[in-house]
Amino acid sequence: MYSSAPYTTRLSFGPDHREAEVGLCIDITPNVPFRFDCGAVMEMITIAYQTQGTLNADRSNAILLCHGLTGDQYIVGPHPVTGKPGWWEDIVGPGRVLDTDRYFLITSNVIGGCMGSTGPKSIHPASGKPYGITFPVVTIADMVRAQRLLIEALGIEQLFAVIGGSMGGMLALEWAVRYPEALAACIPICTAPRHSPQNIAFHEIGRQAVMADPNWQEGHYIERGTFPAKGLAVARMTAHVTYLSQIALQEKFGRRLQNKSALGYGFDIDFAVESYLHHQGKSFIERFDPNAYLYITRAMDYFDLERDFEGQLSHAFLGTKIRYCVISFTSDWLFPTEESRRIVRALNAVAANVSFAEIETDKGHDAFLLDVPALHVTLQGFLNGAAKARGLS
Amino acid sequence: MSATLRPDLMTIADLVNPESRVLDVGCGEGELLAWLAAHKQVDGRGIELAQARVHQAIARGISVIQGDGEADLADYPSGAYDYAILSMTLQAMKDPRRVVAELTRVGKQAIISVPNFGHWKNRFYFSLMGRMPVTSTLSYEWYDTPNIHFCTISDFVILCERMGIVIEKRIVVDTTGERSGFSGRGPWANLFGQQGVFLLRAR
Repeated sequence: MYSSAPYTTRLSFGPDHREAEVGLCIDITPNVPFRFDCGAVMEMITIAYQTQGTLNADRSNAILLCHGLTGDQYIVGPHPVTGKPGWWEDIVGPGRVLDTDRYFLITSNVIGGCMGSTGPKSIHPASGKPYGITFPVVTIADMVRAQRLLIEALGIEQLFAVIGGSMGGMLALEWAVRYPEALAACIPICTAPRHSPQNIAFHEIGRQAVMADPNWQEGHYIERGTFPAKGLAVARMTAHVTYLSQIALQEKFGRRLQNKSALGYGFDIDFAVESYLHHQGKSFIERFDPNAYLYITRAMDYFDLERDFEGQLSHAFLGTKIRYCVISFTSDWLFPTEESRRIVRALNAVAANVSFAEIETDKGHDAFLLDVPALHVTLQGFLNGAAKARGLS
Repeated sequence: MSATLRPDLMTIADLVNPESRVLDVGCGEGELLAWLAAHKQVDGRGIELAQARVHQAIARGISVIQGDGEADLADYPSGAYDYAILSMTLQAMKDPRRVVAELTRVGKQAIISVPNFGHWKNRFYFSLMGRMPVTSTLSYEWYDTPNIHFCTISDFVILCERMGIVIEKRIVVDTTGERSGFSGRGPWANLFGQQGVFLLRAR
């Protein structure tokens, strides 16, 4: 049933199908069906979202925060499934970088996701069964089009800023390119104008791990009461290595053994780094849907603004009035600084208003979620400058 | 916003028309751009290599790109800015001639200031002491200096002539950073000027 008012919903998670309440949700297709890039059409799309702070009288202080591959709308916790703090909890609040006294923060789960927005876990209205892999293949552009409908449903014509890291940065760029009038500032962090072949390769390893698990059941694990836990955990373990850096792994674990004083001469866990990865895999499967993992990684793989503009990325930004702040991290080898520089070069070529900072850190790609003061100083400074230009108090 | 600006930057700021578009190459913490934005409603951008300075500049609301101006200027379209500014940095560039060409391409006008190696103190150091000059403005020993392409005010004028670049204004700044009485032409400016500030355009 279509509902124009926000509501909460209960969803199940993980191998044991534990239920948790997810909210708010809103249906964003009141009048027209939703068209996917792949050609599919759906009558009803739901978006799960969260807000912090208060929308001001002239509706000019809204910031949309776009999550990464396995993130969600819980920028502030406790997360309803894990009970943990949100992904940017440390910088959200009164007087903080994302100042809730000043800004109205919106985060939403992407379509194709598994935290309440319409995705492969959703129930097909005709069959009454989960879509599974009959769900349309989703693109970054589809995700942004759905976000735009959400923003309109919230009564906001122009966002003050769109901020996102990693996949979220792709969404932020997509916003700037497709809806240049709908935002005043854009902060793409540790991202790229197109997904690199190396990253597509890592994603393919992850997807193959999920699909090679016999419990995946050709995507029908929910109806059949199974769950490809091993496959999804291996996908996460591989991906997690790409989020760190050689130095970070060396400093955190070295060759330290896990709860033993000598090598085990077998294939159980010997090293601390193995134990850590197993833990990452185990906790991930409790909160994430295996099919959603396939869909969202695919969306990132398909992202290519350069192709969309016939190899001339700068044409994507012609006439842009948006203030940009592009940020990368020195030790990020998944989205290296050169990727951010591609964006910056294209923006320079059209003399756009752009700042760019490469932040020195050993923390790898994950730095955007961690305590990296230089990132926070840069974010805060840029937002202050942009807020001043917009006349926000 | 700061009401005072370093005197040599003030000399540059004086050359900039209100409400123009400015690119400051090697903008530091954005002192000049901040002043121009506050006092002349200039739409400014900066390029700066040092990470800490980039953070400071962004934090004061300046649009700054962390990067190497010498390499990155090639990314900018011709005539994208009313002024492209390079303050006291040309001597540290690998290919100063190309940088001058790029600045006068990207900016409809370029403002370039250069430390004058022909200043009498440097001449004294070199000719009487037989040592490479280490002065308040050129405060590095020869083995650790970032300054690899020194010129005098006269040398810079000759470079512009050879490149066919029009010098629209030349100002000589003395050791206090204030404008000196010298016109910027002739041997006295080259002997007593501490730096030269040039307003240039491609022919």
